[in-house]
Amino acid sequence: MAQAHAAAHHDHPHDHHDQESLKIMGFWIFLVTDCILFASLFATYVVLRTHTAGGPAGHELFEVPGFVAETFILLTSSYTSGLATLAMHKGNTKALIGWLIVTALLGAAFIGLEISEFANMVHEGATIATSAFLSAFYTLVGTHGLHVSLGLVWMTAIMIQLARRGITPVTHRKVFTVTLYWHFLDVVWIFLFTVVYLMGVM
Amino acid sequence: MAHHETHGSTKSYTIGFLLSIVLTIIPLVLVLNHMLSRVPLIVAIIAMAILQFLVQLFFFMHIREGEKPRYNVMALILGAVITFTIVAGSVWVMSFNEQVH
Amino acid sequence: MEMFEEIKSFASTFFVTGDPLIYGADVAIVMTMLAIVFVLTYYKKWGWLWREWLTTVDHKKIGIMYLIASLLMLFRGGVDALLMRLQLAMPDVHFLHSEHYNAIFTTHGTIMILFMAMPMMFALFNIVVPLQIGARDVAYPFLNALSFWLFFFGAMLFNLSFVIGGSPDSGWLAYPPLSELSSSPGVGQNFYIWGIQISGIGSLATGINFLVTILKMRAPGMKLMQMPLFSWSVLSSCVMIIFAFPILTVTLALLFIDRFTGAHFFTLDGGGNPMMYVNLIWMWGHPEVYIVVIPAFGIYSEIVSTFSKKTIFGYKSMVFSMMIISVLSFFTWVHHFFTMGAGADVNTFFAISTMAIGIPTGVKVFNWLFTMFRGRIQMKQPMLWTLAFIPCFVVGGATGVMLAVAPADYQYHNSYFLIAHFHQVLIGGVVFGYLAGIYYWWPKMFGFKLDERLGKWGFWFWNIGFYVCFMPQYALGFMGMTRRVYTYGWDMGWAPLNFVSTVGAFLMGIGFIFQVWQIAYSIKHGERDLTGDPWNGRTLEWSIPSPAPLYNFAVLPQVNSMDAWWEKKQQMQQGEVKQEPVKLEPIHMPKNSAIPFVMSFFWFIAGFGFTFLWVWMAVAGLIGVGICLLVRSFQYDTDYYISVDEIRRTEKALGRAV
Repeated sequence: MAQAHAAAHHDHPHDHHDQESLKIMGFWIFLVTDCILFASLFATYVVLRTHTAGGPAGHELFEVPGFVAETFILLTSSYTSGLATLAMHKGNTKALIGWLIVTALLGAAFIGLEISEFANMVHEGATIATSAFLSAFYTLVGTHGLHVSLGLVWMTAIMIQLARRGITPVTHRKVFTVTLYWHFLDVVWIFLFTVVYLMGVM
Repeated sequence: MAHHETHGSTKSYTIGFLLSIVLTIIPLVLVLNHMLSRVPLIVAIIAMAILQFLVQLFFFMHIREGEKPRYNVMALILGAVITFTIVAGSVWVMSFNEQVH
Repeated sequence: MEMFEEIKSFASTFFVTGDPLIYGADVAIVMTMLAIVFVLTYYKKWGWLWREWLTTVDHKKIGIMYLIASLLMLFRGGVDALLMRLQLAMPDVHFLHSEHYNAIFTTHGTIMILFMAMPMMFALFNIVVPLQIGARDVAYPFLNALSFWLFFFGAMLFNLSFVIGGSPDSGWLAYPPLSELSSSPGVGQNFYIWGIQISGIGSLATGINFLVTILKMRAPGMKLMQMPLFSWSVLSSCVMIIFAFPILTVTLALLFIDRFTGAHFFTLDGGGNPMMYVNLIWMWGHPEVYIVVIPAFGIYSEIVSTFSKKTIFGYKSMVFSMMIISVLSFFTWVHHFFTMGAGADVNTFFAISTMAIGIPTGVKVFNWLFTMFRGRIQMKQPMLWTLAFIPCFVVGGATGVMLAVAPADYQYHNSYFLIAHFHQVLIGGVVFGYLAGIYYWWPKMFGFKLDERLGKWGFWFWNIGFYVCFMPQYALGFMGMTRRVYTYGWDMGWAPLNFVSTVGAFLMGIGFIFQVWQIAYSIKHGERDLTGDPWNGRTLEWSIPSPAPLYNFAVLPQVNSMDAWWEKKQQMQQGEVKQEPVKLEPIHMPKNSAIPFVMSFFWFIAGFGFTFLWVWMAVAGLIGVGICLLVRSFQYDTDYYISVDEIRRTEKALGRAV
């Protein structure tokens, strides 16, 4: 039982470990709340997706190569962030930072593609103010992009801390949570890919 | 409780990665080649998405690990129920007066 | 000269002008602030304020700050209510303009739910939960402080609209298209969005914080099914917060995007659908009312058991009914807009799910009654409010079931019948509950009891005032009076009942004055509590001194049963407890931090910038928030140990043998 080892753990050396596992649990719950946030945005998108108000619809706007590339880049970055965790468990700080850098670069490439996708659409006259469908599209996909961008900043901060301090219980927990976050963002993207893009070009 | 996570291995991450790729390509091919009619197609690609979600949950996010009781799994399950309610419920409630497109 | 004209025209839109009531408020606000600054400077208390309060991460102090803020908000929301009742007391009154009336009913509703009920609830969460489960703090003390300051600055931003820019005036839930830019071009609506948005982040964080605290930080041996019912109710409430608040965040964000970028989520043109907003906001809004009422149920359970000198009747059924209510609350949202006409299938489903909530609620009422049955009931203040709650809530619940009947709701919808119903459950359920809780735990917070005699005056004014105010409103609803009308004609026949209702509202106001007097009086003359257990309580918070020391428990208690402290007292009486030598250990505590305060202040700046659409200011605020987050991420020296010597000294000073 949880409380049994909570009882056994109030001496110093264990305090840290307990605190870190507490933070990981809180982060899981945060991810669930983030999931609800995306659920609300998905609900809005699904309800409004046919409301194009005379503007362009998904199949006229979405470029298959673009979103397929985004999908595979993000999926690969999710994999490389997993390899980073593995390196961490082996105690290999260099490999850990290396894989995190690869992950962050892939993330940045994803964001770059998304920005150019948005720019192209706006250039074609499909802006957030064009129709309810496009409002929902930009907000849903943009919120995901914002999450990825914030993840990049966060990951960079953790890399600096790793370089300074190496793998400690605290940095261990931080890497664990940021990779969890990263996997979560890929999971959200799977549904974006399916519901927004695939169903859009159908 | 010392190191409750077993963290998987390169192998399990790679299996998860390959499965995810396959589960991305199948719906893509189905959609681009119009291989099914509308409703079965939607059901199929959403099923693939859910499968891939489960793959990542087990192979990447190691949902089976962690200390017991697994409150994170409980939160996730309840979260999935509420997520479904929000999306499906909104569609159902808001389908009033919708024109058929 | 031109520049002067420009400044003048800017100031005349920036500041709310032209209303004597608001000028009066301006003067009062400036005077109060000057007085505060003067007192702090004169008594050299700035350092104390900063070190002991603004940077604290101690759950007990955070709880007290929530309490103070919520009482201030109760005052403001109450003044709003009295102004409305004055306006409606007689037909054709021209005391308030229609626009002013709109602003007042909007701010009344928003403040009472989001800036009064929520923080008062969080006050009790903070003050009670860690003590009750035998913990030394919450799971994330830093986050807890951040939650408070986010709430505080969110509330300040919202209230600022009263004197700067203009108040929101499109109803407490700001339905579009009225709340869209086309119909509400002023900044009031932006104040509404950002005030709630910022405090909402804090509420969400509190939900996560207390859920993890309860699940992971209980005293050794305390099983979930031995946990006091208030802690269970907090758990249930937190589950709802976690799943409901993200929906609110999204809903308000979408409304703001509409207003800021010209998007078309909820507009009438461009394919937007205003009813989607209504659908979304009630997916949050329905759980929200249960979020605030379930902890009140927990409070009643504690009080009934303590003042009947009995273990609560049907503990397990209490727990299950709370958990069932918290899940069911996510399946009833459409009953707030049956009249949208979603179709017979939708309305039937939501009518039935709504009525189903009555079942677990009924179970709880019977459990409270059976707990009192053959108990030795003591009529102390907390118990009085609990006894007043039961009939009030039963009637409120019954009228709720009437409203749940979808076809009948087409008659009741948006009438004063609805107003009477939700005030009856929110005042009779939530406010009575929190007041009962405040009376009950006050000695634990401050070390003295609140005066009984003045409290009873307050109690009777509140209760009689409540029925005088709201019973006529049920009838007014049947007579066709709809909510949010700012005046009505003599020919409607509503005058007598409205007048009675206004009298009732003022009686409640007098009740509130008695309570303020009671607090002031008791600070000087209240009965001091030196035992730490003034009510002969049953749960762990009564086992430690009042107020509790910084670390709460010198030694974490070992729990083997429900009502742990009661059991221990029984055993001590029978001489069964051996005096084991206590082994003290250094206690691990979090350090104070200025970041929660500073970061929330930056959120305030960002919110203010977004409100006036000054992008530079919003960006500056957000950058400040980001820097605070990074600074915190790079901080590693965040906690310390209290030495055994110091614990021993503290406990001795509190009269405890260690």
